[in-house]
Amino acid sequence: MNATRILAVLAKEFTQLIRDRLSYALILAMPIVQLLLFGYAINNDPHHLPTAVLVQDQGAFARSTLGAIERSGYFDILETARTPAELDRAIALGRVQFAITIPADFTRRVVRGDKAQILVEADAADPSTTGGAVAALSGLPQQALANDLIGAVARPGGQPPFEVVVHRRYNPEAISAYNIVPGLLGVILSMTLVMMTALGVTREYERGTMESLLATPVKPLEVMIGKLAPYVLVGLIQTVVILVMARVLFDVPFAGGWGALLTGIMLFIVGSLALGFLISTVARNQLQAMQMSVFYIFPSLLLSGFMFPFRGMPDWAQLIGSLIPVTHFLRIVRGALLKGLGLADLWPSLAALAVFVLVVVSLAMARYRTTLD
Amino acid sequence: MTLAVDVSGLNKSFGDKHVVQDLAIQVETGKITGFLGPNGSGKTTTLRMLCGLLTPDSGQGKVLGLDFRKEAERIKRQTGYMTQKFSLYEDLSIEENLTFVARVYSLDDRRRRVGDALERLGLENRRRQLAGSLSGGWKQRLALAACVMHEPRLLLLDEPTAGVDPKARREFWDEIHALSAEGLTVMVSTHYMDEAERCHDIAYIAYGRLMARGTGEQVIERSGLVTFRGEGPGADRLSRELAGKPGVAMAAPFGAAIHVSGTDRAALEAAIAPWRKSPFRWTEVEPTLEDVFIHLMGQSKDNFE
Repeated sequence: MNATRILAVLAKEFTQLIRDRLSYALILAMPIVQLLLFGYAINNDPHHLPTAVLVQDQGAFARSTLGAIERSGYFDILETARTPAELDRAIALGRVQFAITIPADFTRRVVRGDKAQILVEADAADPSTTGGAVAALSGLPQQALANDLIGAVARPGGQPPFEVVVHRRYNPEAISAYNIVPGLLGVILSMTLVMMTALGVTREYERGTMESLLATPVKPLEVMIGKLAPYVLVGLIQTVVILVMARVLFDVPFAGGWGALLTGIMLFIVGSLALGFLISTVARNQLQAMQMSVFYIFPSLLLSGFMFPFRGMPDWAQLIGSLIPVTHFLRIVRGALLKGLGLADLWPSLAALAVFVLVVVSLAMARYRTTLD
Repeated sequence: MTLAVDVSGLNKSFGDKHVVQDLAIQVETGKITGFLGPNGSGKTTTLRMLCGLLTPDSGQGKVLGLDFRKEAERIKRQTGYMTQKFSLYEDLSIEENLTFVARVYSLDDRRRRVGDALERLGLENRRRQLAGSLSGGWKQRLALAACVMHEPRLLLLDEPTAGVDPKARREFWDEIHALSAEGLTVMVSTHYMDEAERCHDIAYIAYGRLMARGTGEQVIERSGLVTFRGEGPGADRLSRELAGKPGVAMAAPFGAAIHVSGTDRAALEAAIAPWRKSPFRWTEVEPTLEDVFIHLMGQSKDNFE
């Protein structure tokens, strides 16, 4: 061991690190950005979940109950449905997380002490979103009407005046795998496809083969199609493997929605590949390409609703999340597989993916140079 | 005499570095023109501009009779460009590399052309070997075969023999002469003097400007350089003492001898006068290309720095 020699290597390493500006920026930006972003954004006990109600009872008890539900902090009543069908649609399309029905005979049954009930339907496709809210409901019957049930209608023996029936839809047993496995499809596709193309194209520049290629009559679009097409196949094979395993090993329901699913998968694969290509036009070497891919993949994991409830994030984080293609892809996959939603229902997410593909392809084409300038 | 390359007013800057300055160059069809100059003199940049890999800031002229700025695509089809670094796919076999190139140029009769190229290279029985496993010399020959497969009319070679052993270099040059005999115009950049002497024509550029042009003899003659060769015990050690003297443009050891050059004969003779006695023997010799280039390099430095 010789201190001078260690110092020599140490000094050289620091100098190289500082020269490599992008790595340097990422080393600093990674912890700061990610910590701020995810530290504030991620919330495992989401409150203020969008809720729709169908109130068929105009009595005072119904109003008090709704008030108590809102005061719990978990539910924001955003929609008032007029028919059960309207209520059903709001939850099926994912506009709301909860659909609450207060039946017409609610007040009457409470007064009579005759098994009054309210129905809370939860979109449990992602069980972690609804868990906290559902737990909060258990204390509701005791307190909701405490100020109303006095005097003649006071309950003997502290028996709860009504019962909350919770109906977990799309994933009645709250099995995490139903949520995670379709989500994994999006995450695995982004990881492999973005990274593989980013590295694949950067490698051509790094090894000098791009220079030879550019000296030939081959056109940018031809290079792009030729380079990306094999990876489309890779993506499709991964999709088949994941879906088959999801079905065989985890019994994930396949509720239908194949049209939307296929369209979504194709858009997502093409978009991810084009993004990889775009990264390769910016990165100067494979290491940078790798770092940029990781920089994209992190928020895709954390802000897309894959690992943590999307609705649990503050508005600004949801806004960022909705710019991430994986978010929309997850909505499509979960919507199609768990809820059986089709093209007509999932078009907003499909359109978002289409815009993503369009933007990224145009950027990549604009940045890809047929010269070395 | 027809010109394969006839461009002028060529300029290219990268940031604030003016790499190629008002360069004009003409290359006769069927000739091998050697492109010489110190590192960073703009040789690679010029070759890249000629084959459309870089966009010149300004300049006009024709390459293969086509407007080199507007018809880059058509020029590309008739030009072969071999990069400095081996730039075929190391993880593809020899044959796969050639097939790839044939496809990229949409060549007809692909199988025959690949077969011919392999035969010409003498690599038929190693066709399935990965290109990455070839030795430096073979890699260069393969790269050459790949860039002439589409039968270009102009061949641009960027330091094709850097790091290749002398025997492989000779074989490479025999191949280039054979191609030139078939009518191909070749522009080749190099640092090797023996290679410069193998060219029909020489263009010397330094700091982005053309400094000398013509055949080897013409370049030597026009330099106006006078060279004395000194021999004797320890003659090669005199270079340090002679280098700073007035009239001495350069003094460089040549084995056990020393070459002293300058453009002013009287001043040069005065400079070596103190050593013009026994045991040293001085003879006036024809300057070599190397003498001329080193002299030009020194001169251009004075002009541009």
